[in-house]
Amino acid sequence: MFGGLAVASKYSKDLLLTMYRKMYLMRRFEERAGQQYGLGKIAGFCHLYIGQEAVAAGVEEAIRPDDYMLSGYRDHAQPLARGSDAGMVMAELFGRTGGYSKGKGGSMHIFDIEHHFYGGYGIVGAQIGLAAGMAFASRYRNEDRITVCYFGDAAANQGIFHETLNMAVKWKLPVLYICENNRYGMGTAIARVAAVPEIHKRGEGYGMRHEAVDGMDVLKMYEAVKDAAAYIRAGNGPVLMEANTYRFRGHSMADPATYRTKQEVEDERKNDPIPRLKDYTLKQKLAKEEEFDAIDEEVKAQVDAAVKFADESPEPDLSELWKDTIVEEGEEDVRPRERVLGVKVTKWPKYPSGQELKVTWDLEPREQAEKADKAAGLKR
Amino acid sequence: MAELMYREALNQALAEEMERDANVFLIGEEVGRYQGAFKVSQGLLDKFGSARIIDAPISELGFTGLGVGAAMVGLRPVVEMMTWNFAILAMDQIVNNAAKLRHMSGGQLRCPIVFRGPGGAGGRLSSQHSQALEANYAHFPGLKVIAPATPADAKGLLKAAIRDDNPVIMIEGERLYALKGEVPEGEHIVPIGKADVKREGKDVSIITWSRMYYFVEEAAKQLEAEGISVEILDLRTLRPLDEEAILATVRKTNRAIVVEEGWPLAGVGAQVVDIIQSKAFDDLDAPVVRVTGLDVNMSYAANLENAIQPDAPKIIAAVKKVLYREGA
Repeated sequence: MFGGLAVASKYSKDLLLTMYRKMYLMRRFEERAGQQYGLGKIAGFCHLYIGQEAVAAGVEEAIRPDDYMLSGYRDHAQPLARGSDAGMVMAELFGRTGGYSKGKGGSMHIFDIEHHFYGGYGIVGAQIGLAAGMAFASRYRNEDRITVCYFGDAAANQGIFHETLNMAVKWKLPVLYICENNRYGMGTAIARVAAVPEIHKRGEGYGMRHEAVDGMDVLKMYEAVKDAAAYIRAGNGPVLMEANTYRFRGHSMADPATYRTKQEVEDERKNDPIPRLKDYTLKQKLAKEEEFDAIDEEVKAQVDAAVKFADESPEPDLSELWKDTIVEEGEEDVRPRERVLGVKVTKWPKYPSGQELKVTWDLEPREQAEKADKAAGLKR
Repeated sequence: MAELMYREALNQALAEEMERDANVFLIGEEVGRYQGAFKVSQGLLDKFGSARIIDAPISELGFTGLGVGAAMVGLRPVVEMMTWNFAILAMDQIVNNAAKLRHMSGGQLRCPIVFRGPGGAGGRLSSQHSQALEANYAHFPGLKVIAPATPADAKGLLKAAIRDDNPVIMIEGERLYALKGEVPEGEHIVPIGKADVKREGKDVSIITWSRMYYFVEEAAKQLEAEGISVEILDLRTLRPLDEEAILATVRKTNRAIVVEEGWPLAGVGAQVVDIIQSKAFDDLDAPVVRVTGLDVNMSYAANLENAIQPDAPKIIAAVKKVLYREGA
């Protein structure tokens, strides 16, 4: 249960049920994705999020819908939490034209710019650098938007993690780095390859605010991210958050997970974040069992429809081979829901032109640089 | 027209584009207070401030990633590589992200970014600092690659690159920064993808780019004295290649030589030769000859360094070979 919480819930029924619905959607979606992989409808690498749902759900409710977000290749669930169309995500996994990227990206590369989800990346940790750049752009334009960047525990051993943390702190970039520590980088336990396996502690070396959170507890995630987001939005610089979580399935569909025991997984499943949230809500008498049943049924129907949509979506036309590599002059960006569903997409990023934009701030005020030079013993 | 050094032409292009578009910023090592390792960014920090001229830590992968991320949300970064040798550390962000974002997002994202810095042998710097790496980048769909030889082209191509909505790799000549040439003032744009006939001739075409152009010019002058008329095609852009211009010059002279500083295997010149043999075979009066850097690592010793690189005598020998005047 959620330790330390008072009897009267400080959370609204609406919030709790929204989080529950999102978590169940992620779970159900991934279960069906795994099943469809088994049927040969999905191929290649397919990394399921099952077990980690509390992280994405807690984060999403604690930030703004227009905050930027990026992730690694375990990336189906986070856009679903943002409101992406489940059918179009599934169609992308199927490699069909109805997918967000026309079937060109697949499981590891979900992009939904309308919902400010800037991609899943297949090279471990590469999104950490991109997130700093997006956060830099927000600072450059004096926006109060933050960027949320997910990565796994193994990514913390990549050079880009260290290079970027250094710059993010030095330049006070509004970015929240969330390490989803599911304890294994593929088949390697993090403690086998990390000198300090508590990833958040690495923030210490960069003078960065850092903390660990129980990533199996959606409300703890929600609280932690709300606080961190407010801190970042206020201009205090980045935060490194380690969400301790667990994936109930293998690294990818190709992984039989022989590096851990069945008993270990069984034990962890007792900590399943979805029933935990449900129990909490029931105990608080904020919702009845039937309401959860109704959500479950709706979500199941939604995911059934998503699978059907993906299955019926055609393969991309061969002419697509020659599109989307180089942007031709005057070419517009593709708005996926407009292209696939024919709905008018109005929430599309629009940036100030180079003539409208006024850059008024200093990244490194001259006095500060001179002071540093002086301290280093240089004479100017 | 003013006479400017190559580095001054680049500086002018940067200043003009930053003046015109506040989305443009420059990030790299020593670009600000130090005024640029090769002084390309001289004076820009004072003019545009530290939010737009950014002194980066020595973290090539990190600040390149930062640039790509900023480009994904509409800024137009210019990322300066102190040299392209160091950019090998940043290749993941350039190749796996910048070049593939448009594709992986199914056309949702664009990445308007310029990666620029010097390439080629700097002079007595041994193997890690002397590489002509353009072939590496020309290999990747999703990138454009430019390598100007003259100050005017450097200015015009950099302005075009900054305005381009795609990632552009700009390989400048490390030995060209102090070279002077006439540069048109103000709005001077050289379109990406267009080669330039730098010298008209009728007996043989020499196709080249960047610093090698000057060795070719030297060879052409000497050959002229012997009554051999050389046409020089400066590719300027290595991706996309200007096929039309390559074929046009070959059809005119019926003989071709391709000169590049880099190594022969999988060099850009190999692709140029393939274009010629597959599309202008019947126009050729002799096999195409390549003059490249030797297939070895660069040495520090002056005599070895010189022997490794193409030069006018090697080019002249190649011309005589395609004219069947060997030993003449």
